[in-house]
Amino acid sequence: MQIKEIISLLECDVICGEEQLELDLHTACGSDMMSDVLAYVKEQSVLLTGLVNPQVVRTADMMDMRCIVFVRGKEPDEDIVELAQERGIALLKTRYRMFTACGRLYANGLQGGCEGK
Amino acid sequence: MSHLSLSYEVSGEDFTHAGEASSQVKKTLKRLGYSPDIIRRIAIAMYEAEINMVIHANGGTAEVEIYPERVEIVLQDEGPGIPDIEKAMSEGFSTAPDNVRSLGFGAGMGLPNIKKYADDLNIETEIGKGTKILLTFNVA
Ligand SMILES: Nc1ncnc2c1ncn2[C@@H]1O[C@H](COP(=O)(O)OP(=O)(O)O)[C@@H](O)[C@H]1O
Ligand SMILES: [Mg+2]
Repeated sequence: MQIKEIISLLECDVICGEEQLELDLHTACGSDMMSDVLAYVKEQSVLLTGLVNPQVVRTADMMDMRCIVFVRGKEPDEDIVELAQERGIALLKTRYRMFTACGRLYANGLQGGCEGK
Repeated sequence: MSHLSLSYEVSGEDFTHAGEASSQVKKTLKRLGYSPDIIRRIAIAMYEAEINMVIHANGGTAEVEIYPERVEIVLQDEGPGIPDIEKAMSEGFSTAPDNVRSLGFGAGMGLPNIKKYADDLNIETEIGKGTKILLTFNVA
């Protein structure tokens, strides 16, 4: 699923990473606890989270994730955006809540990426 | 490739910069051409240990030794120490206060994650003195 498809499914605003909209991503993870995200080393490319702080970007970076979706309309501050830009991570925001946002992406083919769990 | 040593001060003051050392190490390993899977394992384990120094021990130091066949990381702090290592190693055990949890950490998964990703984990700790965590990764 290309980032631009995520944007249309979740009616996202693009905060940064305009140049990556064609990037094709296959797996995602949704959590507000960063250690849960870090518990699976398997390739996951999209992080959906309701948490907004620099550690979200660092966690995504450690995992080689390429796109973060902030749910419930959360808005990251400038430091967070800068950190993401440095690392080539696209930031999106949606007004959908976590459950609905994950559900919409999953229903359209994005996978969990942790051996089907 | 020759041996490379990296050394970092990890501040216990601000949570914002926690993870900077791990991020630098990840970048270096990438430049040296290690495989993405190995780099991710090392980066995640070091990041969890670095976060632990910040949230539980008011910061410390990280020393990284990169050899062609293995990577060794020593994280050392002068924090409160860990009273019961076995308990600390169990999934879900955490003494992190609520403010840390609201930042996305404190799920009690850090040490279990580290153990999972490192080929060897050694913890030396003394109450009131501090904690030293030695991580070894076989990368050949
Ligand atoms: N460097 C450290 N200094 C003192 N205590 C620590 C340190 N690292 C871990 N601990 C203790 O071990 C517990 C478990 O650590 P961890 O599995 O990373 O979970 P969390 O950090 O989410 O609490 C911590 O809650 C803390 O009590
Ligand atoms: Mg921890």
